[in-house]
Amino acid sequence: MAKVLVVTSGKGGVGKTTTTAALGAALAQSGQRVVLVDFDVGLRNLDLVLGAERRVVFDFINVIQGVAKLSQAVIRDKRIDTLALLPASQTRDKDALTEEGVARVIADLRRMCDWVICDSPAGIERGAILAMRHADAAIIVTNPEVSSVRDSDRIIGLLDAKTVKAEKGERIEKHLLIARYDAARAARGEMLNVEDILEILSIPLLGIIPESDEVLRASNIGCPVTLSEATGVTARAYADAARRLNGEEIEMIVPSDKKGLLVKLFGRRAA
Amino acid sequence: MSEVTVTSVAHARHSMPFRGRSFMAFALTPEPPIADWLAELDNWGRSSAGFFVGRPVILDLAAVTLSDHAIAHLVQELAAREIAVLGIEGVEPSQLGPGLPPLLKGGRPANVIESDAASQRRAALTEVPRQELTSLLLEVPVRSGQSVVFLGGDVTVIGSIASGAEVIAGGSIHVYGTIRGRALAGSNGSPRARIFCRKAEPELLAIDGYYRTSEDIDGSLQGRPIQAWLEGNVMKITALD
Repeated sequence: MAKVLVVTSGKGGVGKTTTTAALGAALAQSGQRVVLVDFDVGLRNLDLVLGAERRVVFDFINVIQGVAKLSQAVIRDKRIDTLALLPASQTRDKDALTEEGVARVIADLRRMCDWVICDSPAGIERGAILAMRHADAAIIVTNPEVSSVRDSDRIIGLLDAKTVKAEKGERIEKHLLIARYDAARAARGEMLNVEDILEILSIPLLGIIPESDEVLRASNIGCPVTLSEATGVTARAYADAARRLNGEEIEMIVPSDKKGLLVKLFGRRAA
Repeated sequence: MSEVTVTSVAHARHSMPFRGRSFMAFALTPEPPIADWLAELDNWGRSSAGFFVGRPVILDLAAVTLSDHAIAHLVQELAAREIAVLGIEGVEPSQLGPGLPPLLKGGRPANVIESDAASQRRAALTEVPRQELTSLLLEVPVRSGQSVVFLGGDVTVIGSIASGAEVIAGGSIHVYGTIRGRALAGSNGSPRARIFCRKAEPELLAIDGYYRTSEDIDGSLQGRPIQAWLEGNVMKITALD
């Protein structure tokens, strides 16, 4: 039986889709079977980030409405054969997702693979609630700024109230992923630092992804960043996060501003 | 008597001193048929006797269409159950004749009974009148968007009250973490209630309806452990360290 993960945030543009693709690819590379589900009906992007946009025939809504079978809608990745995508519909809106339909599709996917990763839309409305509904664990993606952190806090509250697990009185596993972390700006106090964010949200930290051009380049060529620039800092941070999801204990590296550190060292020596 | 005095003072000063006061009002939303709704209210009232005594109650009639006579009758029925209606929402001004509560507009919903908070917390709330608990202990942080209402007594939070979250207590509020949202103590009319926390970064603190927003709180208290209490009708806040 697969573990169902939801990648969620409340706020838009924080890196949910990038994270879904990167973590999915990293988990699949280790040989586990992974299906990524795009819940952002009407504003789908995951197909682009995976470079699968020209191979979409049927989508999530078609499966829910019984127009297509799940096996027809799921697209296998060309680079990693254990990675697959269930795309969202771009022509419909989130009302086309039904409670029973989502429950059925997730239950079917659970039998097919090791990880089901649901890419949640932004917001706290129907689409986001349905994306988290059947999750066993959640990855809350947050950026080091107050609005993003507050929205993440709101989402954590909803995870504890609106998921099937929460309604059964069980606790949903929660992981914090800090994305777009700019070490130089954090050092200058222009962004919240890691300790502040952890103090406010008080959930365990899964990883810190530095702000980097690698993410932009990866989505432009339609490839998860963990594959396109496998030796880059972003890919390494996601790969570590994926290993932590698998239960490995890996030391957390807070991205630091190396230039800033050198300047500090020299500065100290001069003084 | 006192009204007369105030008026004369105001004439002498050419200005009228007004003070803001906020209360948490309960909005009753009757559903047709009214007779059944009243019966249900009676049923509920048996397990929570005296719940509405001394509490401001608003009658929200937006969901029903009632004649002028029916509105007057409903208000009478509620009065017979010791529920004094402070104001009416959701009707035309012409429908409220003399002797009826005034029309109110611009009310903000405040999720009193139903909230995002976990169902166990809800259960704790509804059981209050029966078990006569005098305090509520929350072992999890209160997250943004959650509203915890406990009018039966003190609330203790092991964790923080997030920005955009609120805790409303009948008694005092104790927070072993940071208040970043709103803490409203003494909400059942207890001026002796206090607010304590390990770290203060609140959006709003209130005791018995007297409130201060973060703008009106001395900046030197920011981030420190504090206690807040009422002296007359002035909220005092001091650091505990």
